[in-house]
Amino acid sequence: MLVFLALVSVALVTIAPQSQAIVIYTGWERHALVGSEVRLSCSFFSWRWTSEDVTFSWSYRPDGSRDSISIFHYTGGLPYLDNKGPFRDRLEFVGNPQRRDGSILIKNLDYSDNGTFTCDAKNPPDIVGRPSSVRLLVFDKLPVQAGVITGAIIGAVLGLLVLIVVIYYLMRFLVARRVFNLSVSKHGKKAKGKEGSQQRQGPALYAALDQSKLKASASEKKKQESRKDKK
Amino acid sequence: MLLLLLGIIILHIAALVLLFVSTIVSAWTVGSTSSSDLWSNCSTSNGGYHCDPANSGEWIQAVQALMILSIIFSFLSLFLFFCQLFTLQKGGRFFLTGIFQILASLFVMTGAIIYTVMSPEWVPETESFGFAYILAWVAFPLALISGLIYVILRKRE
Repeated sequence: MLVFLALVSVALVTIAPQSQAIVIYTGWERHALVGSEVRLSCSFFSWRWTSEDVTFSWSYRPDGSRDSISIFHYTGGLPYLDNKGPFRDRLEFVGNPQRRDGSILIKNLDYSDNGTFTCDAKNPPDIVGRPSSVRLLVFDKLPVQAGVITGAIIGAVLGLLVLIVVIYYLMRFLVARRVFNLSVSKHGKKAKGKEGSQQRQGPALYAALDQSKLKASASEKKKQESRKDKK
Repeated sequence: MLLLLLGIIILHIAALVLLFVSTIVSAWTVGSTSSSDLWSNCSTSNGGYHCDPANSGEWIQAVQALMILSIIFSFLSLFLFFCQLFTLQKGGRFFLTGIFQILASLFVMTGAIIYTVMSPEWVPETESFGFAYILAWVAFPLALISGLIYVILRKRE
C-alpha cells in the first residue's frame, strides 16, 4: 500500500511540472480594413503569480516568407517597439502585463501587413510553453460571411409571415373581445334603464352576421342547384 | 373529381421536386472543366478538383435564400392544402394554399432572374447554364399554374 502511494506521489510530482507550463492565447484570425487599426491580443495562463520579470514578445512573418522578425518585446517593465522594421511608428503597446495582457495595436494597416503574428510570453520561472499565432488579413472591404445574408432574408420573410399570422389572430381575438365587452358594459348600464335600444346592438350584430352567412349559404345552394340543373 | 385532385397534387409535388433538385444539384452553370451551383464554384484545374464556397457575392446568397424560401412556401402550401381539404366548407376556395404556392413561384422566379443577371460576375465566360438552372425556370410556371388552380378551384364533394 505504501509503495503504491509512493508511486502515485512520484507520478503526481512528475506530471505536475508539465501541467504548470504556461499557456498562451491569441486569436485565430483577425480581419481588418486597409488604413484602419487592429488590436492583436495576447494573454497567458500560468499557475504562478505574475512575476516582475514577465516578458512578452511579438514576431511577424509576412505571407510567403519563411523568416519571422521580432517586432515587439516587453521586459523589465518596459515595452520595446519596432523602430527599424515594417511597423516603425505604427505599433503601440496597449496591454497590461500585471493582468497578463500583452496586446499590441497596429495602426494604418496596409496590404503588406498580411501575415502571421506570433506571441510568446514568459512568466519566470514558468517558461515552458508554446508560442501562439494569429493571422492578420487586411481587406479592401470586409467580406460577408457565407450564409449571413441567406439567413437574414429567410428569417425576415418567415418572421414577417409569423407576424402576419399573429396579428391576424390578435385582431380576431380583440374584435371578439371588444364585442363581448360592449355587450357586457351595456348590460351594466342597463341597470339605469336608458340604453335598452343600444343593448341589443351586440347580439343584433351577431344576428346580422348570421343572416349574411345564411344568405351566402343560400346563394351557394342556389348556385349549386342551378349547376345541377344545368347538368 | 378524384382524378382532378390527384392531378393537382401531382403537379404540386412535381414543382416541389423540381425546386429541390435545382437547389441542390451542382449544375447551375457547367463548362468542360468546371461546374457551379448556388453553394460553391468547383473546377478541375491543374492540381485537381477544388471548390470555392459561395461567400464571394451578396447576390448569390440572395438567390440561395429565395430558393429556400420557395421550397418552404411550396411545402407550407402542400400542408395547407391537406388541411383545407378536410376543414374547408363546401364551395370554399383554396385561397390560402393558392397564395402560398403563387408566392413560392414568385420567389423562384426572382431567384432565377437574379442569377441570370448576375452570374457573369461569378462564373467564367466559357460556361453555359446547366440543367439545374433550367429546372428552376421550369418550376416557376408549374408552381404558378398549380397556385392559380388552387385559387380557381372550389371544394365540391
